[in-house]
Amino acid sequence: MPGPRTLASVWAAKSATLASRRLRRGGGTAVSGLVGLKLQSSLIHDLASQLGHGCVLVTGTNGKTTTSRLISETARAAGLQPLANASGSNLMRGLASTLAAATGPGGRLTDAAQRLGVFEVDEAAVPAALQELRPRVAVFTNLFRDQLDRFGEVEAVAALWRQALAKAPPGLTLVLNADDPAVASLGEGRDNVIYFGVDDAKLDRGAIEHASDALSCAVCGSRLEYNIAYFGHVGHWRCPGCGRPRPEVAVSGRDLDLRDGRTLGFEIVVVGNHEWAVDQPPHPNPLLEGEGIMEPRVEASTDMTDAENASMPVEMGIGGLYNAYNALAAAAAVIALGLPAGATPEALKATGAAFGRQEAFEVDGKGVELFLGKNPAGLNQVLSTLLLDPNRKVVLIILNDGIADGRDISWVWDADFEVTAKQFDKVLVSGTRAAEMALRLKYAEWDEAALTVEPEIGAALEKALAATRDGECLTVVPTYTAMLTVRELLAKRTGRASFWQ
Amino acid sequence: MNERRLRLGHLYPSLMNVYGDRGNILCLTRRCRLRGIELEVTELEVGDALAADGFDLLFMGGAQDREQRLVGDDLSKLKGEALREAVETGVVFLSVCGGYQLAGKSYRGADGEELAGAGVFDLHTVHPGAKAKRLIGNLVARWEGGTLAGFENHGGRTYLGPGCEPLAKVVRGHGNDGQSGFEGARYKNAFGCYLHGPVLPKNPSLADRLVSLALERRFGDGTLPALEDGLEQRAHEAALRIRN
Repeated sequence: MPGPRTLASVWAAKSATLASRRLRRGGGTAVSGLVGLKLQSSLIHDLASQLGHGCVLVTGTNGKTTTSRLISETARAAGLQPLANASGSNLMRGLASTLAAATGPGGRLTDAAQRLGVFEVDEAAVPAALQELRPRVAVFTNLFRDQLDRFGEVEAVAALWRQALAKAPPGLTLVLNADDPAVASLGEGRDNVIYFGVDDAKLDRGAIEHASDALSCAVCGSRLEYNIAYFGHVGHWRCPGCGRPRPEVAVSGRDLDLRDGRTLGFEIVVVGNHEWAVDQPPHPNPLLEGEGIMEPRVEASTDMTDAENASMPVEMGIGGLYNAYNALAAAAAVIALGLPAGATPEALKATGAAFGRQEAFEVDGKGVELFLGKNPAGLNQVLSTLLLDPNRKVVLIILNDGIADGRDISWVWDADFEVTAKQFDKVLVSGTRAAEMALRLKYAEWDEAALTVEPEIGAALEKALAATRDGECLTVVPTYTAMLTVRELLAKRTGRASFWQ
Repeated sequence: MNERRLRLGHLYPSLMNVYGDRGNILCLTRRCRLRGIELEVTELEVGDALAADGFDLLFMGGAQDREQRLVGDDLSKLKGEALREAVETGVVFLSVCGGYQLAGKSYRGADGEELAGAGVFDLHTVHPGAKAKRLIGNLVARWEGGTLAGFENHGGRTYLGPGCEPLAKVVRGHGNDGQSGFEGARYKNAFGCYLHGPVLPKNPSLADRLVSLALERRFGDGTLPALEDGLEQRAHEAALRIRN
């Protein structure tokens, strides 16, 4: 049973959430956790240790939310009850409120035996989250420059992760992006690592793009060489200095079909690494040993053990190369968790867009599609994806400089807006730093005559909708806080749920 | 107007590019082009030689500590002397953030390790250690050409010697060291500042000064026709208004 202080903090957290919602201060997902943590710092640990199937931590610069969502849906398809901080409240207080909200009157998690925690975790919160959550699996999607006003330097994030992993609780399996050298190097010298990556030479851009960070070898400092460059510093790399290659991948994405950027088809190949699917202990949550709570509901998959490489065709309702990476990260995590990988394709197909990420609305007979863009690498992937559909003609770009966006908006100069300079007939620019955004587009040779600067987001959305013809689609590219605002406006107009519901 | 050509050397573009630094190259290129000046940009990485008379303008952006060591090494072995000579002969030089630090005499990093700088400016920079507060935020300063606005993010504190002048006075923000009230440095046609990343696009007064000085040195006439700068001024004014 939880101690009285746990109970008190759980209740404090729950009631703060209610109060915050009644006061209309938003979802209250972070507020409640803050209250709970003040009362007892080990709240997260106490509640996470009750998760019958343990938990998986998902972190990285881009793809956290979508990857977490894909893991949750696959787990659900396998009969588990995922518990996720789906609203993107990914600091420690967000984890606390997510866990507290899942407790019953006795202060224990409800349905604990069936629960799998799927937690996206802010890059800087990884050390604390590893200690308190004690996850079975930690997924690292990628590492790019993002919010340097907050994190200081990219290398500082990599160092933070390395130190945190050196002290990580035992029994942890890492799921790492082999194509991102900064992430792949986290697996140096470790056992229990599953690497995922893309093997599709036709997507080679020929050269590394501007928004690249991890261009020098994490071990010897030499400048990396690339056989294939997909985006940013992501690709098939090799260090000419110490000879370190991109690691062999266990989960490979092949034959990608990017289409018009709204859907995606590819093959997931599990490369001769079936022991991951079958050799996991039947009850891999080390924290629960001896408690004898339950038998696992999910048998480890054996359906792929006969073949040397198991191949699964995948269809997704979201588009872009970056979402293929998110799907591969999720598939690798599912294998690491010992869940049946065979359920993955179906779950991937059924999983729609996450909040604000390629989320589509219909307003007065016009489509509206939201593409969150919050750092150069992510935005470049968004722009490449927009380019796949030449019928996108109206765009609303919103640049805010709130704390959650990063106060420093210099990063828009690192994103390759040049690639879509000729695409749009009508361009609305909005947000607290609309003028700087417009200036960036001007210097990217966008047509200045097509540009309208309207800092107020509501007014900009109306103007953008008015410029969109019936049956056509308005593309909206907001930073994080701008996405919250524009999504709320769209939710009101369409009756869709707010994010915390 | 006859086609005029200026040569810009971009120092260490792959290492010194931490946050939007290429905005400065885009800005200079475009503002030259609109005035019928062709700006020829050459990228100079570690290991590439620099000729003191090879360029009319030089630019060096910001970097993280690890890259700064590589660059510091290359400056002392290969490019530093030519860079000093270029500046002595009036070549226009802009250095930003980490580049500004390395253009001074020395930089002592968070770990206490001291790097020799290029010595273009009579200044030295000391990082007071990993636990010290970084100087981060929106920065507004006043220089002879008006206001400058942008963002700063640095651990090092920069102290000017008698051999160079401050570029600007801090109106809001930290500047060189958070204490002196000065931002940046100036020596002959060399400019250094903590206003980082894309400082030039929204500070066209500084961008045009650099081009004008380079034209004057090379062609004897630095006159520049005005450009339509509506968006530039709007972005500048928006940045002036930001409160941290």
